[in-house]
Amino acid sequence: MAAYSVDLSTGNNYFDLNDILASQEKIPCIFNIAVEGLGYLDQSTPDPDIGVGTKLELPLWLAKYLHRDARGIVSVETPKTYREGYRQILAADPSVVDLHRLGPHFYLGGGKLALFNLPDIQDVLKTLLQTFQGRFRRIMDGSQNALHTDLTNQINMLDESERRLFAAGQRGLLEFQSWESRESEKLSTSSVVLNQRKRKWVGACRDSGD
Amino acid sequence: MLAEKALDLVRELQRSLDGTLPPYNEDKIRQVLEEMQTLFDQNKDKAHFAAEGQTHLLSAIQLRHAAIRRNKRCLLAYLYNRLEQIKKMRWEFSSVLPSDVKYNLCEQEVQWFNQYNRLLANYMRSLGENGGLDLTQDMKPPKALYVLVRCLVDHGEFETQDGTTILLKKNSQHYLMRAECEHLIRQGILEHIVQ
Repeated sequence: MAAYSVDLSTGNNYFDLNDILASQEKIPCIFNIAVEGLGYLDQSTPDPDIGVGTKLELPLWLAKYLHRDARGIVSVETPKTYREGYRQILAADPSVVDLHRLGPHFYLGGGKLALFNLPDIQDVLKTLLQTFQGRFRRIMDGSQNALHTDLTNQINMLDESERRLFAAGQRGLLEFQSWESRESEKLSTSSVVLNQRKRKWVGACRDSGD
Repeated sequence: MLAEKALDLVRELQRSLDGTLPPYNEDKIRQVLEEMQTLFDQNKDKAHFAAEGQTHLLSAIQLRHAAIRRNKRCLLAYLYNRLEQIKKMRWEFSSVLPSDVKYNLCEQEVQWFNQYNRLLANYMRSLGENGGLDLTQDMKPPKALYVLVRCLVDHGEFETQDGTTILLKKNSQHYLMRAECEHLIRQGILEHIVQ
């Protein structure tokens, strides 16, 4: 049977696909040193080089590498979605905010900000924790008690790691139900096989011009 | 932007990991490798000048190097997660993969699958006293020795342990030993009927 672990990894895994996607989130950077020959990264100028003082949004993985301390190649600013304005919104009522729109990897990406020496990093991290605490109750409520309701609206507002949590909760509920109705002792076709067959079937329809 | 193609690979895999394996994207992998090679060559040129004292080149070298490492990470993650998926399929589909799954593997992955198969088989043979132990059986705790099953597809003849041959015809029902038919149920050929 499937393992009952929820993958909410903190991003220490080199091979983790979610972590790779989360480290693609952008962070505003200012170049302290000119970078020769890489002007194509900044599409607003035809200049072949990146000059001192250029402002660019770089992905987290690149910023992390270029930013060491004050003398690094770039210095970073807090991304907009983690700044004071958004923090206040999240503090007011975390459960109504559409986190998926703020960044599909809101928590993972936010946690990565701890690697930079941002002045307001303590507040950012506190906000992340409080946001999760504020939203967790509704996530659990929705995934544990509403089996036959359309929850698309709620799921749409969850960030990727919350979605995994939600899915795990629902799976648990479904399996409890099947245990109650003695379905769980029935041997069944594995889900991998079933999915494979569905794909094959869809593919066959497409090939025959349906 | 740098390392954009490698990220595409990761996205593509992430989208389809819910039980299937997308085709091995050889074309894109080649493109990523080419990008890495280009960055590396540029760095090699510039490193030569930087060593001679033109330190203003160092920042560009570092930036390119970061991109090379990022590309490497994406490629390795792509390959690794595919292997994990193939490993999972070994347990679901038994030792022979369906042809359409096999079609999506690259040559090295097929080799890896065969070696994994051999390792697993050797290990299972070495367990227990006589003849080993099939670990892929009894994924759920068994409750009865025999189970009632119905055929969902025409599967052909099937020889049971006691030597009798039965014909697995669509919609026919049989009372079989659980150990014998569990694999067929998992593969969707038989359906378990609970009374």
